[in-house]
Amino acid sequence: MLNSWIQPTRRGLALMLASLALLGLPSALASEESADAFVRRVTTETLDLVKNDKSLRNGDVTKIMQLVDNKLMPHVNFRRMTALATGPAWRSATPEQQKRLQEEFKTLLIRTYSGALSQVSDQTVFVKPLRAGQDDKNTVVNTEVRGKGDPIQLDYRLEKTPGQGAGWLIYDLNVLGIWLISSYNDQFKKEISAGGIDGLINSLAERNKANASGASARKG
Amino acid sequence: MSAARRVGLAALALGCALLQGCATPTGVAADPRDPWEGMNRKVYAFNDALDVAVVRPVAQAYVEVLPSFVRTGVRNFVGNLVDVWSVVNAGLQFKGQAAAEGFMRVAVNSTFGLYGLLDIATEAGIPRPREDFGQTLGHWGMGPGPYVVLPLFGPSTLRDSLALPVDMQASPARFFSGSDEKTAVTVLRVTDLRAGLLTAGDALKAASLDPYSFLRDAWLQKRENEVYDGNPPQRFDYRDPDSP
Repeated sequence: MLNSWIQPTRRGLALMLASLALLGLPSALASEESADAFVRRVTTETLDLVKNDKSLRNGDVTKIMQLVDNKLMPHVNFRRMTALATGPAWRSATPEQQKRLQEEFKTLLIRTYSGALSQVSDQTVFVKPLRAGQDDKNTVVNTEVRGKGDPIQLDYRLEKTPGQGAGWLIYDLNVLGIWLISSYNDQFKKEISAGGIDGLINSLAERNKANASGASARKG
Repeated sequence: MSAARRVGLAALALGCALLQGCATPTGVAADPRDPWEGMNRKVYAFNDALDVAVVRPVAQAYVEVLPSFVRTGVRNFVGNLVDVWSVVNAGLQFKGQAAAEGFMRVAVNSTFGLYGLLDIATEAGIPRPREDFGQTLGHWGMGPGPYVVLPLFGPSTLRDSLALPVDMQASPARFFSGSDEKTAVTVLRVTDLRAGLLTAGDALKAASLDPYSFLRDAWLQKRENEVYDGNPPQRFDYRDPDSP
């Protein structure tokens, strides 16, 4: 009687192990990466890429766009970033407007903050221990960029996305104590109350055009 | 009265005088943290004009003319004097570890670091506590009050403006006698600070749709971050806007 009970269990166990092997145990474990391990991996990879590529540090915009699109965007919930920066007006925007907003916002951020990449030389990233008791949808990872001079505070706000990609997505960034989304929410609010979503899109497009011509004027 | 102190008092007096009758924009765009926005924008425009005309060119020349090791020496020297004041404020906030670290920094840099010219403490890994009197007041419960743009000094809050005379008493210029030397140290400190912010200043104009409000938001966030030592309360609503 005992035999007949053990046999099915053993078979069940074998089936379970087989299916785990098929799923690929390593990748299943990878999606359980903690938030701070994720940040450490992504930032170190990106920093190493920039350190080894002179054209990136010299401000080659096409290459920077490529780096951002290939290495960083997969780890960013940019739609959520844009939506949060836009505020309640996002819900009443058409899909076309939402798409344009994301494009212009992305261009603005890349053009202005890619200048920071030219300052990269021998910096390292130090990831601080994760604070306890954080919400999976709102986890903050604190890091410091250390190099010559004072360390620079750089924090990330993440949401857990179990089963998707690396398991975490970034949706806000904090440099020197200043959160990106909060700053841009302030900027966008004014434009929206003055000219609606279209007014905001136009202002962003104008700023991007001005920056582009400013950059080419400086180079020329 | 030292030149620096006179400037500080003049700035406060000017600020109070301008407070009379400056309209704040009404409507949905008004920011509750900035009830004096009308006046602040005017002072910001004044500071910006002064910066473009004088401060920035001087800072650029400073960077172009002086070799980097000299500029590093200046920064370290001034930084050492600032560290002394940080130790005092850390003590006033009962932050024992920060006070001890600051004290170690000053001790190491003043002796082995040749009176502060070399920043040995940072290389040895001793962190720099940045505490000023405004943060001390904030730590003990004084809220920031309205956003204020001071002539020359730039973005501030009412609390930090009140703390300014105290901070200026302890400024690096105090360690020198003779008003010429005091002025020279202050000018050097401002120039060094501005030189360090050259790229940031350009980024502000490029990254924002309205530089005034961008600077305001960045400043207020940064100050709160400093008062709470890197862990301020969350103020922004991060709920997913796509969900109903």
